[in-house]
Amino acid sequence: MATHFVGDTAVLTGRTMRHVTRSPDTIITTAIMPIAIMLLFVYVFGGAIDSGSVSSVNYMLPGILLITIGSGIAYTAFRLFTDMQGGIFERFQSMPIARPGVLWAHVLTSLTSNAISLALVIGVAFAMGFRTGAGPLAWLAVVGILLLFTLALTWIAVIPGLTAKSIDGASAFSYPLIFLPFISSAFVPTRTMPGPVRAFADNQPVTSIVDTIRALFAGQPVGSGVWTALAWCVGILVVAYAVANVVYRRKIS
Amino acid sequence: MSYLSATDQAQGPAIQVRGLEKSYKEVHVLRGVDFEVARGSIFALLGSNGAGKTTVVRILSTLLAADAGTSLVNGFDVAARPADVRESISLTGQFAAVDEILTGRENLVLVARLRHLRQPGAVADELLRRFSLTEAGGRRAATYSGGMRRRLDIAMSLIGNPPVIFLDEPTTGLDPEARIEVWQAVRSLAASGTTVLLTTQYLDEAEQLADRIAILHQGRIIVNGTLADLRALLPPAKVEYVEKQPSLEDVFFAVVGGDPGRSDTADTSSTSSTSRTPSTSSKE
Repeated sequence: MATHFVGDTAVLTGRTMRHVTRSPDTIITTAIMPIAIMLLFVYVFGGAIDSGSVSSVNYMLPGILLITIGSGIAYTAFRLFTDMQGGIFERFQSMPIARPGVLWAHVLTSLTSNAISLALVIGVAFAMGFRTGAGPLAWLAVVGILLLFTLALTWIAVIPGLTAKSIDGASAFSYPLIFLPFISSAFVPTRTMPGPVRAFADNQPVTSIVDTIRALFAGQPVGSGVWTALAWCVGILVVAYAVANVVYRRKIS
Repeated sequence: MSYLSATDQAQGPAIQVRGLEKSYKEVHVLRGVDFEVARGSIFALLGSNGAGKTTVVRILSTLLAADAGTSLVNGFDVAARPADVRESISLTGQFAAVDEILTGRENLVLVARLRHLRQPGAVADELLRRFSLTEAGGRRAATYSGGMRRRLDIAMSLIGNPPVIFLDEPTTGLDPEARIEVWQAVRSLAASGTTVLLTTQYLDEAEQLADRIAILHQGRIIVNGTLADLRALLPPAKVEYVEKQPSLEDVFFAVVGGDPGRSDTADTSSTSSTSRTPSTSSKE
């Protein structure tokens, strides 16, 4: 049935995309929390945070975008979990379709809906005075990194989506992911943090990704940090993809 | 019918099960299950909760691997040729497997597309008509009653006209009217030549629908035969005169308005009869 992989995946993606478009609150909720945090940080804490010569919103936006992805993928786990609970997952598994398509449909839907949320957040940022000197290539790089990060986190989300016992369990995994940007260079420079916290902040994936996106937006050279960022994204992606597929194979055999 | 695309495999029984065993950790659920289901018949697997009925269905529909034994569905070994088995079957699980966010029609179109049929829209409309769901077809499945949801579920199982259909406790949790709607759907299925294996814990359901009944108890089939065979196991009937009280079901239907076959949009009636005439399947 592998010959039907593309067609079946497209049909199933159409189905999950309808779930998103028919409950637009999932996209709004996904975008609203990061937007609220952005407002808070720019207009309330912004004056107290030393962002150097860059404007607050320019400084905060990369971290806000990662928070957006963290809250967006919670819905991916939620949708997958709902499929597992109802009989529809078993119906698909007992049909002559390309089985990996069932997961890929959720993954593609996650990429699409997160892209919409990210576009919304960036739109609000522009309204708040975000300005960038990034050219088309730099924008392409930003989009590429954001999508790669979304893809990696989506495959993490697949794991609780397949294994959770309750709806809370299916989305609880995303809280640490939403929280991670706060202990990074996203909102305050890491040099202001006490030793052990700074050591963690400097060496966790969000810092390198945030620094890279910030440099791209500012039209500055990204330096070697871009490779650290890419290595984190690809590393998370490979591990999460492998684990998710092992879990999936165990579920369907 | 436009949705005929089944891969009809050789002759012989539609389902053959030999020495099927399955354990979950320490619990030995199936301890050597044997049975056969003839093509075009309705076979009821009867048993109390936890008897292993669902396990049998999950193994036959390639969702679960058996520990021992062989099972052929439509002539294909479930372990060796799962893809061919999936081409031959349709599963209606214990919980209605419909997508609640999609409309009834979209659910049908979805399955028709996944079965790679050429005119998914036409297939959907035909099934909506056949299951008296035409008017409800544009509404989200979440708004359906239990009986309508089950009918949609069964309609989704018919797409592609698979020769073998598994119905796992199709009427559990339904009210009496909805139950009878489902029974009619099952009868019309068998009338069109489909083999149906249904599991149930309701004795009257097996009595109403099945050509053969097998009782699964403590991991084995302890009885397998026609209703007449099963009755013959008991001491011969004796004639007694008993005042005929209306059953609660008679009362229920008398009070709620008579016709037990009533559905939401069309009257399919003829519930009291157990005959399987093809006309019941196409009547609007």
